[in-house]
Amino acid sequence: MEISATAVVGRTSQAVEQAKAIVSAGLAPVLKRSDAPAFGCFPVYSPYEIIRAAGLLPVGLMGAGASIDIVHADARFQSFVCSIAKTSLELGLQKRLTGMEGAVFHSICDVARNLASVFKRNFPAMHIEYIHLPQNAAGPETEDYLVTEYRRVMTGLEARTGRRIDDAAVAAAIREYNRPRRLMRELYAMRSKEPERIGAAELFPLVRAGTMLPPDEHARLLESAKEEFVARKPRRMDRVKVVVEGAFCEQPPVGLIETLEGAGCYVVDDDFCAGWRWFSTDVPEGPDPVRQLARAWLEHGRASSTRYNPDNPRHKDLVRRVRETGAQAVLFMPAKFCEPALFDYVIFRRELEKENIPHLMVEFEEKMWTFERTRGEVETFVESLLFD
Amino acid sequence: MAEYGTAVHEASRKAMSAWYDRLAAAAKSGAPTAYLMISGNCVEILRAFDIEPVFPEVNALQLAIRKQSLPLILKAEEMGYSSDNCAYVKADAGFTFGEGAPGVGKIPKPNFIVCNFVGCNVYIKWFEHCSEFLGVPLTMIDVPFVRSDRPSDGDVRYVVSQLKKLIADCEKATGKKFDIDKLRGICALSAKAEDGWQRCKDLCKNTPSPMDAYFDAINLMGPINVLRGTQDAVDFFDVAVREYETLVKEKKGPIPIEKFRIVVEGPPPYPFYRQFRDLFAAWNAVAVQSTYSTVGGIWEFGFRHDPKNPLESIAEQMLMENLCNRSLLDRYKQIRRYVEEWKADALVIHSVKSCRLFSAGQGDMRDYFANELGVPTLLVESDLEDPRYYAQAMMKNRIDAFFESLEHRKLLRGAQ
Ligand code: SF4
Ligand code: SF4
Repeated sequence: MEISATAVVGRTSQAVEQAKAIVSAGLAPVLKRSDAPAFGCFPVYSPYEIIRAAGLLPVGLMGAGASIDIVHADARFQSFVCSIAKTSLELGLQKRLTGMEGAVFHSICDVARNLASVFKRNFPAMHIEYIHLPQNAAGPETEDYLVTEYRRVMTGLEARTGRRIDDAAVAAAIREYNRPRRLMRELYAMRSKEPERIGAAELFPLVRAGTMLPPDEHARLLESAKEEFVARKPRRMDRVKVVVEGAFCEQPPVGLIETLEGAGCYVVDDDFCAGWRWFSTDVPEGPDPVRQLARAWLEHGRASSTRYNPDNPRHKDLVRRVRETGAQAVLFMPAKFCEPALFDYVIFRRELEKENIPHLMVEFEEKMWTFERTRGEVETFVESLLFD
Repeated sequence: MAEYGTAVHEASRKAMSAWYDRLAAAAKSGAPTAYLMISGNCVEILRAFDIEPVFPEVNALQLAIRKQSLPLILKAEEMGYSSDNCAYVKADAGFTFGEGAPGVGKIPKPNFIVCNFVGCNVYIKWFEHCSEFLGVPLTMIDVPFVRSDRPSDGDVRYVVSQLKKLIADCEKATGKKFDIDKLRGICALSAKAEDGWQRCKDLCKNTPSPMDAYFDAINLMGPINVLRGTQDAVDFFDVAVREYETLVKEKKGPIPIEKFRIVVEGPPPYPFYRQFRDLFAAWNAVAVQSTYSTVGGIWEFGFRHDPKNPLESIAEQMLMENLCNRSLLDRYKQIRRYVEEWKADALVIHSVKSCRLFSAGQGDMRDYFANELGVPTLLVESDLEDPRYYAQAMMKNRIDAFFESLEHRKLLRGAQ
């Protein structure tokens, strides 16, 4: 049985095609833009507004999928390290990041942390920043800490660009990014209600394109997609609604998402490009924008495998999302060798079993290109749910 | 006349078994205990409340060295742990969430869990799982990773504020009032043991080195990381310093003739400790320094806990004065100092699959030392806990080939 994503929703979308073209062109066109130099953001979350306020264009430094052959990076990172670390480095070693002003890495895992050092040594022309995002509950000290951390990053960027970052610029960037953020939330909500209206393999490139565009261009793309989706008259099929969890850092190939749909799933929620959709609300546009950004991270950030947050434990949040979306199952989809995702599986699985929520583990690699095995596994899983 | 290693080994064993006995007694009596991680730990604060620390990492290490880890790792994998997850966690999880292991003493269920998140992100997962499976509350101490030459005042403030919260939690758990003077006394004892540590490490600058600073550093690591802040630790280091000073006078070391001086990076393959060690001994190679010995703390460059500023100095150790919370590039600097000041001939990198904190990017490290600095560098791979990743024959081939070429180099240099 071969069902493509297009068949699932019944028609194509121009905006989606445009997004796909942007994504498949990779970073090359982004690095050639003349309006603002690109600044790489390794997953998961970065304070994009601060980078934007420095006159730079935050772009996702998120590996290169199957679009690059690893020639040098294998000699730097061992076989048991995730692909995104290696392909991101390979891009640099093959001089395909020329024009990128710098890059930021965060306290998400041991690999990302060491990768920041390797970038620093191998690409001395780049401004390499490392942000320690707090692994703690929100509280006055944590908030002060994060504000100080963001201010430190700002000082570094100012020294690099020779341009002062004032609060007004940060506030303007918050306003800019609130637009695509709001639109992505709307599209996600629309899809969770009517998954037949928006395919997962459609929403994914729409979101991913945002990691390569200025926020206003991304917002325009999302707006036209939204118009097209609203105009559709879709038909609900007999499929299993699933939440996909675990692909917050390295991103799956779109073919894999098509495979999930083709195997009979409606994806009603996922954590693809999680950092770019980090907040559950807009970031408040009030005074002291740097503090607003810090507070938003602490109070309205996602539950993520890369963040310890006793106020919103990830396994409880996963169950909440399953209940809220009416999903019947969870597809746990970690990138191969992704330590934080793989560790969380233990806790997720335990919680899902307590709650009687069926789940399936589907490990992936960004550069995978055959999906037959996955298709078979997911089909069997779906059938067991549909015909039980 | 000193016999290499005996007195130190015996003193270390005795001090550590006394700790195990205290844990077993606590398991019976219900005396307060807390889980803690090794790296940049704040054991001084627990001691101020007479809370006995429990270190699951030491448990994992013991299980590996006694060759008991594999069944426990497999048990953990049945629970859902991936074959690619850190096996230190898996062995401990298989042990703690299962039925333990034969012949291993009882480890008490802790009253609470203190996660000193110092560098390793896996720490967070490990202790979250313990908290979840054992139903024990967790106190997180988020220690910002070092991002510049010194931790900023903001970082120190942030950590100190969390230490104060930990103190409040300890007060609640024990019903005891915090006594800053007691903490000062404990920090003074820590500093004395740290003096001893630095002295032992410094003595390894001698030729021959009186100690193998990789394979035998384990004797020092228990007392400094687990027993720091006690008189036992101070007494242990008195024994160690005495022994190594005597050995230096007698020009003796771990092997009869020291031929190669190496610096070792990365944790050892505990399930094959002896076999691995023998491969170096066969070449009369002695480790004069190692990074692994500094996972808990780096004292050889002069840092000491400060009785005058106990909380700030504890924070400083957590932030800066340990290997785990420093960047890979800072580690390159540390190794470079080791190679230069300890006059090493080569660098050996043991890359372990489990521990990405150590291993991710070690290929870059090899590139830096071998190609940029011209230090002969060997990189070998296995694991620190999971016996499935160790291949003796391959290991032997790589190590033999490396030392053969090193010997050749030495000969050539000698002939010039
Ligand atoms: S894929 Fe996972 S292990 Fe790799 S960098 Fe991302 S979070 Fe870290
Ligand atoms: S990853 Fe390394 S430092 Fe972290 S728990 Fe595992 S062995 Fe220890």
